[in-house]
Amino acid sequence: MPMQAQAGQPAPVPPPPPGDNSIIRLERIEKTYFLGGENIVRALAGVDLSIEEGSFVAIMGPSGSGKSTMLNILGCLDRPTAGRYWLGGEDVSRMSDDELSEARGRRIGFIFQSYNLIAQLTVIENIQVPLFYRGVDLKATYDRCVELARLVGLGDRLHHRPTQLSGGQQQRVAVARSLVNDPLMILADEPTGNLDSRTGAEVLDLISRLNEAGKTIILVTHDDKVAARAHRVVRMKDGLVDQDIDQLPPAARSGGNGRGASC
Amino acid sequence: MLKRLIVPYQFVITVRLGIKSLLLHKLRSSLTMLGIIFGVCSVIAMLAIGEGASYEAQEAIKKLGSNNILIRSLKPPEQARQQGMGGPRGMQLKYGLTYADSGRLMTTIPGVVRLLPMRIIRENVRFAQNEVPCQVIGTLPFYPEVGGAEVVRGRFLAPMDEQHQENVCVITTGLARRLFPIQDPLEHSVRIDTFYYRVIGIIQERSQPEQRTQAGKMEGQPLDNNVYIPLSTSRTRFGEILIRRSAGSFEAEEVQLHQITVQMRDTAAVETADPQIKTLLGRFHDQNDYEIIVPLQLLRQAEQTKRIFSIVLGSIAAISLLVGGIGIMNIMLATVTERTREIGIRRALGAKRSDITLQFLVETVVLSVGGGLIGVMVGILVPILVSSLTTMKTIVTPWSVLLAFSISGAVGIIFGLYPAKAAAKLDPIEALRHE
Repeated sequence: MPMQAQAGQPAPVPPPPPGDNSIIRLERIEKTYFLGGENIVRALAGVDLSIEEGSFVAIMGPSGSGKSTMLNILGCLDRPTAGRYWLGGEDVSRMSDDELSEARGRRIGFIFQSYNLIAQLTVIENIQVPLFYRGVDLKATYDRCVELARLVGLGDRLHHRPTQLSGGQQQRVAVARSLVNDPLMILADEPTGNLDSRTGAEVLDLISRLNEAGKTIILVTHDDKVAARAHRVVRMKDGLVDQDIDQLPPAARSGGNGRGASC
Repeated sequence: MLKRLIVPYQFVITVRLGIKSLLLHKLRSSLTMLGIIFGVCSVIAMLAIGEGASYEAQEAIKKLGSNNILIRSLKPPEQARQQGMGGPRGMQLKYGLTYADSGRLMTTIPGVVRLLPMRIIRENVRFAQNEVPCQVIGTLPFYPEVGGAEVVRGRFLAPMDEQHQENVCVITTGLARRLFPIQDPLEHSVRIDTFYYRVIGIIQERSQPEQRTQAGKMEGQPLDNNVYIPLSTSRTRFGEILIRRSAGSFEAEEVQLHQITVQMRDTAAVETADPQIKTLLGRFHDQNDYEIIVPLQLLRQAEQTKRIFSIVLGSIAAISLLVGGIGIMNIMLATVTERTREIGIRRALGAKRSDITLQFLVETVVLSVGGGLIGVMVGILVPILVSSLTTMKTIVTPWSVLLAFSISGAVGIIFGLYPAKAAAKLDPIEALRHE
């Protein structure tokens, strides 16, 4: 299996020149938590990272490496203490709370470890939630939502509640939900963590297919097998990018998925 | 948030979502609503009962006539009475209004249209085997116009009856029923004391007969057993000195007139005449043996009382609404904690703080307005039930319904705002990590 290892090259990746096709650019991102008094935790210590459109990146690292903080920053759930975060040409690091909410809704599709579906809503309604907060007419976009549900294989369970679905099905609803606003990137936080290996592989296949169709995927995991599906693995350590490895996708997998996702 | 308030479609979805979330915990939601239901219901019911009670009082006062001033003879206070009793045997008690008073009032007070004197004597009235305790009222022919009675059959006393001291009488409908169960009372003679009086007419007092009989039943003696005879007849047949015999002793009292109704030109004249009458009578009476009743003032007092009554009842009810509101707030705070995860999810999916605020606020308002609607329905039913089961009169005014309902809405907004703000303030990261 050919693998272009760049193990020796340390972070940071040189900042790409303007006008390149990177949609995410982190510039010296720092995040410091003040826990009161002298107690200061530097979760991120000046991370530089740039991710190109259509890439499939896995972020790995042991607990305490700043992986979760990185996820929060990337997901616009939190603002960095210092540094800049360019998301699709916009400086997210200086945005207000409302603007961040909007950025989350429009530019980022979240897939969580524990699915995070809203219990009182049906499958189709859960898929519609991001559209609702964008202020889109839900009737006009209904057909598209149904199509997304079909895409993830839940076309026949539109009006089921999350509690009536298996874990794998719930996670597939989450995948459909993450796609509904046609985001710049999909941010998956341990998407297979709560699933058994078979359904986990199914969900992973689904995510890979989305990438093949052109979606940018960022996957946070500590599972090497999951990370193996990505084209690039970023390993974090002590609040910095420790390793940044490009790897070619397994040839066997790319041959088996000719259909592709049309999102 | 504003955008979603303005776009009705978005708002409908938010409301529907709120209802859905509330239906998830039916028992909890209905218990919370109960507080508001009781609050709204008690506001409406209490105000309706208060309104009904004051309505009855006001009607009773209106019957006396707002252009009239009533002056009644009073047995002088206890002290003077004992003095009279302690005196030599046969000493009589003399008090009350006199014919002279009547003349003075007529000539002195400006704005007086006419005076209606009355002598009221308690006697038994008999016809055949029937005997009914009555008030025998000696009065003038224009009593119906001033006192507000309606001649049902025959005629009232005429000036000629007065002039000739005729032995004629007019009886009230209630008495007619009791004395003459079968016969037609007209042209029959009834016996009062030792004299016979020919019945020439039947009158209906202005008050509702049912009410009076009910009140009468309670006191054991019907109030509308009145016999009207000419004043001059009353003077000659009964004399000025009334002797009341009771076991072993007797009491004699001299009362010329028991009541004078002063009919004034208009309500303005009533206002000015009231102090004038007081001064005039005060000059000729060395004891406090009369009372002046001004229905107009009573009416105002009744309105004042009603206002206070309404405020007191309203505040009690408002407090129960307040308690209901606190209950709602309590539950919503618990709900926010319970649904922290959902809030985190929504925030991650693009919800602004204002969206979360609106969502929980709408939920609270749905709860309180829903409770308000049910409360209004129950609140309208309760007074109906009360009036049908008791003799109490109740009036549900539209403004009390409106008031109660809008308060319930306001309670929802006021008590929902804090939990909703608390929900919006949650950090999305923390919220997502919850549980």
